[in-house]
Amino acid sequence: MTEKIMFPKPQVLANRPTHYCPGCHHGLAHKLVAQVLEELKLPEKTICVGSIGCSVFIYNYLLLDTIEAPHGRAPAVATGVKRARPDKFVFTYQGDGDLAAIGLAEIMHCANRGERVSVVFVNNTIYGMTGGQMAPTTLVGQKTTTCPGGRCKDREGEPFKMAEIIGSLGGTAYAARTALNDIKNIQKTKKAIKLAFRAQLEDKGFGFVEILSSCPTNWKMTPLQANERIAKEMIPYFPLGEFKNTLGE
Amino acid sequence: MSKKRLFVKGNEAIALGALAAGCKCYFGYPITPQNDIPEFMSRELPKKGGAFVQAESEVAAANMLLGAVSAGIRAMTSSSSPGISLKQEAISYMAGSELPGVIVNMNRGGPGLGDIGPSQGDYFQATKGGGHGDYRLLVLGPGTVQEAYDLTIKAFDLAFKYKNPVMILGDAILGQMKEPITPWEPEVPEKEAKEWCLEGAKGRPPRVIKSLYLEDGALAKHNLKLAQKYAEMKKEILFEEFLTQDASLIVVAYGSIGRIVKSTIRTLRKQGHKVGLFRPITLYPFPSEALQVLAKEGKKFLTIEHNLGQMVEDVQLAVCPYAQTDFHGHLPGNLPTPNDFEEPIIKALEK
Amino acid sequence: MSKVVFLEELCKGCLLCTQVCSKKIITQSSRFNKQGYKVVEIKPEDLEKCIACGFCSLVCPDSAIVVYKSVEEKEPENV
Repeated sequence: MTEKIMFPKPQVLANRPTHYCPGCHHGLAHKLVAQVLEELKLPEKTICVGSIGCSVFIYNYLLLDTIEAPHGRAPAVATGVKRARPDKFVFTYQGDGDLAAIGLAEIMHCANRGERVSVVFVNNTIYGMTGGQMAPTTLVGQKTTTCPGGRCKDREGEPFKMAEIIGSLGGTAYAARTALNDIKNIQKTKKAIKLAFRAQLEDKGFGFVEILSSCPTNWKMTPLQANERIAKEMIPYFPLGEFKNTLGE
Repeated sequence: MSKKRLFVKGNEAIALGALAAGCKCYFGYPITPQNDIPEFMSRELPKKGGAFVQAESEVAAANMLLGAVSAGIRAMTSSSSPGISLKQEAISYMAGSELPGVIVNMNRGGPGLGDIGPSQGDYFQATKGGGHGDYRLLVLGPGTVQEAYDLTIKAFDLAFKYKNPVMILGDAILGQMKEPITPWEPEVPEKEAKEWCLEGAKGRPPRVIKSLYLEDGALAKHNLKLAQKYAEMKKEILFEEFLTQDASLIVVAYGSIGRIVKSTIRTLRKQGHKVGLFRPITLYPFPSEALQVLAKEGKKFLTIEHNLGQMVEDVQLAVCPYAQTDFHGHLPGNLPTPNDFEEPIIKALEK
Repeated sequence: MSKVVFLEELCKGCLLCTQVCSKKIITQSSRFNKQGYKVVEIKPEDLEKCIACGFCSLVCPDSAIVVYKSVEEKEPENV
């Protein structure tokens, strides 16, 4: 008889408490990224491009060579890193304000060029770090501090469906949307991250995973209610699945 | 490279200089009057094993530069005034993150869309910050096509020496003017950023390149470190003095205007006027002390610029309280000739 | 015999683990950790019900739960 640790903590994940709120899915997304990096034996050749938002301190939690990108510019910074060092593994970790508002041009063109980089996109439908303002992914009707009456379709438009948009671009090798609201979806998320990373490693093209995540604090919910919201409100509008997969599996 | 002379535009000289300096990545976006640089780079850089990317915007190009230099390689972007405004975001981040990007500005008329003709209207933007925050760039102002080649090579060396962005401030005259140059091959360090670049944390703790300092006192400490670096840059001050020794009037002018003024000075000397030229080559750090030495000698000063008066403020600071400087501003929209400057120089001389 | 270790100082009391627990034996305790969060626990009498599925560990955003499973031989790797 031996003892085996179930889902052991990856070594590349720092041994320190995070600054994230209770139940925030960033910690979980970090852990999945860390697991995939280790399973693909990548940490020693990885350059992580951080972004602006709650995950700005990603370098405190993922023990990787990391550069901080200006708000929205992570795909441009990643392009520069990868063109400078094509032999390295380069990924960005971005939120929805960063990627789908201020950084929309950068993500679209990075994907369209087929840059050999991978993007982990955490979509929690809100600006978390600045205190819960409307994001480009905020659902119609969702109340935030800058749409206190709820997002109005006629006034603010409908939320961007980034995985579909990125999946439609020629340079994209892999684009998927997953969620972190239950065990099954968590496991699918990990698989999708792995495929998005492999798109780069196998020189197929740009890899993208949109992860539906919770922000219990700014949603003004308990973490368990937030998980329910993902299932009941987010997934119906943001369908889960692969929107492009040229990896042949 | 052979000692063969080449007949090239200033823009091409900058691109050639960058290649000679070992530039491995170039990121650009079309804007007049600097398009020869991205066009040259798109053709020649891949032949040398480098990467050319036409970015979706100047914002993206400058951020690609930020990423590329974080990997410790030599890289560059170029643009002209409105495009340089868009690059300020990444320039500020590079200054804050201590990254050695090289940025070329072939200055055109402004403000706003302005025109596509020559101007020195970006002097303030280049030397006083440009982007947000408390930082400085090294700014080099070439006056000839040969100098554009030479200073581009120097820009890469300085960027890595100080881990700081360096700007080459030219203008539409320099960029579009053709002159013979003698290219030369500098010694390029094999691996010059080993101790700080990002390449994967193998056998060492991870490295983080950032400009965010939230802990109590951390940003102040970082700012002081940067200030010390800016003070050290004074070692790099470059300027040209032309017939200043016996001159009673010193004309201060930089870049292509400095070079046009030089011709005026030659003509006026032939007519017996005791005039000389002081041409700052590093615009930051500014050669204040050398100007002050001339001011103490009792000389008069006239600053000539292709704008309504920007560098003149630095000249005035340098020469006071020993002297004052007059100012003549050539307005954008046309190309000045040496004749244009004769009258203002004589007027200042006779004052 | 399985073993579940809660790293109480990392726990933020979010209760995500209580929901995914296959046997619903994880509950909020009445103890606060140094961060001020009420930590979770498995009551000693419930521990034998644990099947070491590891879901609590998998879902924990703060890596505050370690699940040890006793195994006969080497099992295939986790997904």
